Amino acid sequence: MIPLDHYIYLSSILFAIGVTGVLMRRNMIVLFMCIELMLNASNLLLVALSQYHSDSAAQVFVFFVMLVAAAEAAVGLAILVMLYRNNPTTQIDVWNRLKN
Amino acid sequence: MEILFYLLAIVAIASALGVVLSKNPVYSVLSLICTFFAIAAQYILLNAQFLAAVHIIVYAGAIMVLFLFVIMLLNLNILVETQRFTTARLTAAFTGGLLCLVLIAALRSAGDIKAANPANAKIGLIENLGMTLFNQYLLPFEVSSLLFLAAMVGAVVLAKKEIA
Repeated sequence: MIPLDHYIYLSSILFAIGVTGVLMRRNMIVLFMCIELMLNASNLLLVALSQYHSDSAAQVFVFFVMLVAAAEAAVGLAILVMLYRNNPTTQIDVWNRLKN
Repeated sequence: MEILFYLLAIVAIASALGVVLSKNPVYSVLSLICTFFAIAAQYILLNAQFLAAVHIIVYAGAIMVLFLFVIMLLNLNILVETQRFTTARLTAAFTGGLLCLVLIAALRSAGDIKAANPANAKIGLIENLGMTLFNQYLLPFEVSSLLFLAAMVGAVVLAKKEIA
């Protein structure tokens, strides 16, 4: 059996790639995808821990994380479409005037 | 089995890097789908077959189709993205690397991470998951249906054209 450490390495690396993408990119759609990547990294670690501790509750949490991810993607993309209708761009720094 | 794990890990990390580094959003979506399939295969290796099926249906089937629809509808595949300064990009990469190290250190020192009891292959089957979900977590399940309803109504209201 694969040691649990390796699952920790894999999901930490995936999570860090997601954070790097959020910091590095400016396209809102890519930012959403990086958020999905981070949620998936946490899901992977939850499943690995549930298997190693023989506890099915963690896999139920993965359901709830998937649910939040689906709701977030639907509402976020709807907001993006609405913003795009006002000003046709998806660059995140164009929208910093929402602060005022 | 071990070789399969490392192969899938390499595929997942490489396509995750593809998501972040590719200029065209369509390529990002395709790399993300590749990552999702690699993660679903990891679930199967972990004996979580039902979760793997749900993962493919929800992510590759629903969420990524939504992303592709938005990209195609808004014609974003021809859009040129302004890049951040090189310093900012390097700082982002450095921060991500540091975060990775901190996460690994914190998770590894979190306590005894040896397998508590002999691995039970039946954990990930739908029978066990259903028992847990509908006995222990019935209220969160019902609340989540409410969340979905709110998200659906919100998405429709936000994306609707305003009637003048």
